Amino acid sequence: MRISTIAALAEAKRQRHPVALAKNLMDGTEFLLPAPAAPLALHEAAAEALRRDHTVTHEIDGVLWFIEAHNPAPRLILVGAVHIAQHLTPFAIAAGYEVTIIDPRGAFATAARFPGIAILAEWPGPALAALRPDAATAIVTLTHDPKLDDPALDAALHSAAFYIGALGSRKTHAARLQRLAERGHGAAALHRIHAPVGLAIGASGQAEIALSIIAEIIATRRGSPLATRS
Amino acid sequence: MANNSSPSRYAAPPDALSLAVEWHEAGEVVAIATVTSTWGSSPCPPGSRMVVTKSGRIAGSVSGGCIEGAVIHAAQEVIASGQPVLLAFGVTDEMAWEVGLACGGKVQIFVEPVS
Repeated sequence: MRISTIAALAEAKRQRHPVALAKNLMDGTEFLLPAPAAPLALHEAAAEALRRDHTVTHEIDGVLWFIEAHNPAPRLILVGAVHIAQHLTPFAIAAGYEVTIIDPRGAFATAARFPGIAILAEWPGPALAALRPDAATAIVTLTHDPKLDDPALDAALHSAAFYIGALGSRKTHAARLQRLAERGHGAAALHRIHAPVGLAIGASGQAEIALSIIAEIIATRRGSPLATRS
Repeated sequence: MANNSSPSRYAAPPDALSLAVEWHEAGEVVAIATVTSTWGSSPCPPGSRMVVTKSGRIAGSVSGGCIEGAVIHAAQEVIASGQPVLLAFGVTDEMAWEVGLACGGKVQIFVEPVS
């Protein structure tokens, strides 16, 4: 593998450009696709691998190619720079997520509490909408404060986010659903919200709750039946 | 405010490819092993990587630990020859039992030099 290929791969990751690494398993020839010099059949196989987010081996004209999809990393947007967010962030990073934290309260949203993490000290509604959550984005509200959580969930429900979770008890959530319904969200939309947030692992304490949340996000992204709620 | 030059507490382990670059730039001779396909149970999906240097440094993984030894050995041969090799381990491969792919999986691994 060429150092220049590894560098180009890292740059594509940094810029959130989808690329596919294609490698000839007979002689080690490699392309980072799209690349002008690569054969058309390879481009087609690479586009398919990226679309399905799969890494595969594929035979083209009698040659075995390894085709590795490098889609942009999934994102996790946390609303509320609270203690659970401090536990959840390292789990999410270890699982390959890019974490962004939104909290307009300056006392919580500090670099000292979240070293190296992107923090937006802004109101959650507009801040979340500006981040343009896509189908590779998970959103979790953690503030327990309707002033902050409700506009965030409203914006989340208007996005294609693959996961929306909201911290809070069943009672809190029932009241929240009523308020969101008054903002015009129907039953199917409200059913997208995972609440109480996290897989039911009997979590006790902030770290275990954080673990149950990242586990539920992964289960949802990977299509595990564990993520389905009745 | 936090000192930006201090390492982040939240850093994930460095990925194998960035270590391959780091070690290559430090003058090491480096090979990369990549899982290209798996069947059955495997904790390391296609695209998982292990990096091996001539001096014996390793990072990353290509299995739950059962074939790393054989892959490191193959990587040393690739470093010596400069030629890539496609390895196959699995229940149909007697050598796989010797190296202990006890999980019953099958895995193909491409080992190549870094240049």
